[in-house]
Amino acid sequence: MTTRAVWEEEPTRVARLSRPVVLALVALAVTFPLYVVVVTSLSTTESVTRAGGLVVVPRELTLAAYAQLLSGGVVTRALVISVLITAVGTAFSLGITVLAAYGLSRPGSLFHRPLLFVVLLTFLFGPGIIPSYLVVNALGLIDSYASLILPTAVSAFNLIVMRSFFMGIPSELIDSARIDGAGEFAILRRIVMPLSKAVVAVVGLFYAVGYWNAFFNALLYINDNNMWPLQMVLRTYIVQAQVLPTGAGGISAGTGLGMAPAPSLAIKMAIVVIAIIPVLLVYPFIQRHFTKGVIIGAVKG
Amino acid sequence: MVMPVIALLGVFHYFPTLGNVIAFQDYSPYVGIRGSDFVGFANFSRLFSEPAFWKAVANTLSITAVQLVFFFPIPIALALLLNSMLSVRLRTLIQGVVYLPHFFSWVLVVSLFQQMIGGAGLLAQSLRANGYEAIDLMTKPDTFILLVTAQSIWKDAGWGMIVFLAALSTINPALYEAAAADGAHRWRRIWHITLPGLRPVIVLLLILRLGDALTVGFEQFILQRSAVGGNAAEVLDTYVYYQGLLVGDFGYGAAAGLFKGVVGLVLVLVANRFAHMVGEQGVYSRS
Repeated sequence: MTTRAVWEEEPTRVARLSRPVVLALVALAVTFPLYVVVVTSLSTTESVTRAGGLVVVPRELTLAAYAQLLSGGVVTRALVISVLITAVGTAFSLGITVLAAYGLSRPGSLFHRPLLFVVLLTFLFGPGIIPSYLVVNALGLIDSYASLILPTAVSAFNLIVMRSFFMGIPSELIDSARIDGAGEFAILRRIVMPLSKAVVAVVGLFYAVGYWNAFFNALLYINDNNMWPLQMVLRTYIVQAQVLPTGAGGISAGTGLGMAPAPSLAIKMAIVVIAIIPVLLVYPFIQRHFTKGVIIGAVKG
Repeated sequence: MVMPVIALLGVFHYFPTLGNVIAFQDYSPYVGIRGSDFVGFANFSRLFSEPAFWKAVANTLSITAVQLVFFFPIPIALALLLNSMLSVRLRTLIQGVVYLPHFFSWVLVVSLFQQMIGGAGLLAQSLRANGYEAIDLMTKPDTFILLVTAQSIWKDAGWGMIVFLAALSTINPALYEAAAADGAHRWRRIWHITLPGLRPVIVLLLILRLGDALTVGFEQFILQRSAVGGNAAEVLDTYVYYQGLLVGDFGYGAAAGLFKGVVGLVLVLVANRFAHMVGEQGVYSRS
């Protein structure tokens, strides 16, 4: 707790009273919808019926909706696909971004300036939806998981963030390793990477959140709904409010096995929660590295 | 080492950019770019005589305008408010809460709004329970522009605040003390020290937003277009998507996309030029 400077006047009564109220309202605006969704996803059929829909005051809680969703079927499959796309995509993006950021961080390397220009120029214009679609189509990537990774694998922003961090590494360190006979890859692995854990973590998390949230790629390039990632399922059943399929290959494989069916609203809300959870899990890490100023430094510099 | 990235950008960014030549063709996917006939500016003249296209342009620009008026000041206000808090722990907590929605997907944000103020949402539900008529704010074309602005604020106002907080931390505290010694009260200090200190950042972000005036977020609109109808929710990006991909009129859709890209590029360059003129640094520095 820092204290008020001596020259600063005491806050007025209005300020003293209104500031907490405003801040509480702001915080509530973010957290309240999440709270309602989580509570409803955990509610039994009776409490959903009694509440007439979404449940604000929790009564009887149950995990039935989650059990049903995760017992195989549309959502389980989409979840597995999303997790795999996120894992593979993040590893791939991070790998090529680290390589390129290191290559571009040493002024004087071959074609350093034109290559940097090629990366920066992508900020100014996008290729457009239709030509992108035609290229992906021509490469035969429609209805392939590669179409969810390759077109968006490079983020110029992430690359520049990482490059500016690498540029802050003293060149004496790298030169001395080179004199000791280390090659570029050895320098990257043994000197640069251990010094850059924070920025690698942040950029990796940015990529991961991006892949997890991606919906546009799947909308354009995936026609086969057996290959849908979770965001597409969320769109179809929640935003467009289509009826969840039941039976074989439906919402769950385990219907009719003596399991009490969870209320459909709870199921829907459980899908929403499943889409949120990974973001909530990685969020504290992203936040911690913000406070270290990795991103802010890059934004300013 | 840079090659994998350059190769990917080449294939998925620069190569499709060249592919925009189909905007000048009567493009047919069966014969490809080489087999299709060049038709000059026929696609563009069709585009410019199409009322639906101008409707999409008008919608896009009015949404940008409404967002500039209602969205843009909020991160600044939030940053000032948080910056005035003395408790560091509370400040970190609030920051953590307001950044969070930035990391949610648009599908998720639209889902949450739907559950709160949609036809089957919490608002309609409690109105009905108390004997009022339910309203569905998610499908009303009249208020759609305010709805999407509210969604953008909910998702990204906290994120936008970060830059302003960083800028606030660079203002020299001695300036405030000197001003206070000269008798300047709280609001005068904000007006004469804080806001001038934030000016470079404000100008930079305004420029970026104006340069992006034709982009209002494809995902947010494609998700809601069918619920609200094309009259209110058609923006340039969704127009390209519907005309080009769903209708299958590739050359025409690409012409609309290219129009957007070229005008957008000109806007960025003009806005940046303008920033140099008023003495700010702008997006790229003059070399």
